[in-house]
Amino acid sequence: MSTTADPLHAALASGERPPRPGRFSACLTFGWRGMLKIKHVPEQLLDVTITPVLFLLMFTYLFGGALAGSTSEYLQFLLPGILVQSVLFTSVYSGVTLNTDMTKGVVDRFRSLPIWKPAPLVGAVLGDSVRYALAATVVVLLGLVLGFRPEGGLSGTVAAMALVIVFACGLAWVFTTVGLTLRSPSAVMNSGFMALFPLIFLSNVFVDPDTLPRALEVFVNGNPISHLVTATRGLMAGEADAGEIVFVLAVAAALTAVFAPLTVRLYRRAG
Amino acid sequence: MSSHPSPAIEASGLVKTFGDTRAVDGVDLSVPRGAVYGVLGPNGAGKTTTIRMLATLLRPDGGSARVLGHDVVAEADTVRELVSLTGQLASVDEELTGRENLILLGRLLGFRRARAKARATELLAAFALDEAAGRLVKHYSGGMRRRLDLAASIVVTPRLMFLDEPTTGLDPRSRNQVWDIVRALVGQGTTVLLCTQYLDEADQLADRIAVIDRGRVIAEGTPGQLKASVGQGAFHVRLLDPADRPGAERVLAAELDAPVQPEADPAALSVAVDDAERAAQAVSALARAGIEVANFSLGQPSLDEVFLALTGHPAEDGDRAEQEKEVPA
Ligand SMILES: Nc1ncnc2c1ncn2[C@@H]1O[C@H](COP(=O)(O)OP(=O)(O)OP(=O)(O)O)[C@@H](O)[C@H]1O
Ligand SMILES: [Mg+2]
Repeated sequence: MSTTADPLHAALASGERPPRPGRFSACLTFGWRGMLKIKHVPEQLLDVTITPVLFLLMFTYLFGGALAGSTSEYLQFLLPGILVQSVLFTSVYSGVTLNTDMTKGVVDRFRSLPIWKPAPLVGAVLGDSVRYALAATVVVLLGLVLGFRPEGGLSGTVAAMALVIVFACGLAWVFTTVGLTLRSPSAVMNSGFMALFPLIFLSNVFVDPDTLPRALEVFVNGNPISHLVTATRGLMAGEADAGEIVFVLAVAAALTAVFAPLTVRLYRRAG
Repeated sequence: MSSHPSPAIEASGLVKTFGDTRAVDGVDLSVPRGAVYGVLGPNGAGKTTTIRMLATLLRPDGGSARVLGHDVVAEADTVRELVSLTGQLASVDEELTGRENLILLGRLLGFRRARAKARATELLAAFALDEAAGRLVKHYSGGMRRRLDLAASIVVTPRLMFLDEPTTGLDPRSRNQVWDIVRALVGQGTTVLLCTQYLDEADQLADRIAVIDRGRVIAEGTPGQLKASVGQGAFHVRLLDPADRPGAERVLAAELDAPVQPEADPAALSVAVDDAERAAQAVSALARAGIEVANFSLGQPSLDEVFLALTGHPAEDGDRAEQEKEVPA
């Protein structure tokens, strides 16, 4: 063999194939890709942080007095709900991002690699969980500044945030499915918000369901988001309700079990 | 290894329909190993769809294909280990830097972190991208993007590489760089399936060509065979003075005994003939008649003419198809 000085030929000659990466490693690599995008375009986090701030301020100061007698009492009630709302809205972006990705040529390359097939999607959701954590942190910090005092302390607050993030990861699979079904990123965004808004307003985020008409109360109490909010309030108040937590985790698991395989299927079939 | 290894690609009766469109309508291909195989066709011929089926990205609706001996549907994972794809849209991540793109792929192919980084550095240097390594790809020029795309395709040297219109939109210099890369790849033993709408690109690079139109292979062979199948080439003459053209037409018609066509250029004519000696005699005859010749050329038929003859309609980008050797008079 001639040892050529030409770097092109040298590079071609030294491209030996290593063993395939493990599933976990491939997922982490895709998670890293998500982080890099946040690093390069930090502005995209504005959406994630501004909306919850607005909601928290608006509801506390505009409606707090009317709904709970005083803004400080209402904040105590509202904050866990706003935490849930903010993180769940953020999970819509997982579907939007995937939809945008699909229009780019790079997806073809990912799909033509010999890797574990769900890895690009699992990795993306993993990377997105960093956004969820960020949205959660913003809400909690702002709450603390405004006077929110969690009885559950640091551990209760962190556990509450973790529960909400886990649920959001489950819900994200619904939006990734939508993201691969609809044509444009804005269609994904709109349908995601259209679906979430009624579910969040018809939950116990803003008001105690006891005050609602009977039919509405039944709906609100059955709404999984109400269960998530109750579990989150419990954890933050230091009165964790194991039953609610298990229920929430079961819903997240069920969403993942149904929609993750569906997303993977659609991703492989796309093209 | 048997003495007759399977071809790099063997496709028979491939079909893909999108709604009412039969994008690929029964394509048969047999691509030998170790060469560049050109797939030539105009917009919408079904080139990309064919390549995507062969690269396991699309499932065929009919027919079957084996790539390096492995079925593209049943053994898709094995095929993915052996091939690499440079798509028509650059298959790189616009929102990452060039270096990050290559590290990402290195990791996904199984390199450890340090090795992935070293490989990225090596490839960036080899493709003259070291200066742009830290810039986001969306700010790259078309030529840089294509080079990165090719670098990404050889993070692990593939046994077979699919290239879908790798030079569309590039200037001549970038195009030549891409051609050099393709030649280097083939020199290392990689088989390249090259889709293109440029007749001169297929002529420059490909050892064999399949011409496809409306989802079907309408001709196959070496560039020379395809040209020969169309018959004679053309003898082009350009006069110094356009006013001499009627006279020149008479002289050439008498000398070559063939119909003479005036060209769009008011000083140029062409005659269907491919015998160099007779062409030279015709030039002398013009000189004897006192008609001054600016230049003349004897060309094989260009692939553009081949395309026209095969399909009855011209390929889109005919102006890049000039393959004649100019002979100054
Ligand atoms: N995903 C798709 N959905 C619907 N129609 C499609 C799809 N992909 C391709 N087609 C249609 O199939 C036909 C062949 O397209 P293809 O992209 O394979 O052509 P091509 O030879 O690569 O053309 P070009 O030179 O423009 O890239 C076209 O009529 C195209 O509109
Ligand atoms: Mg194409």
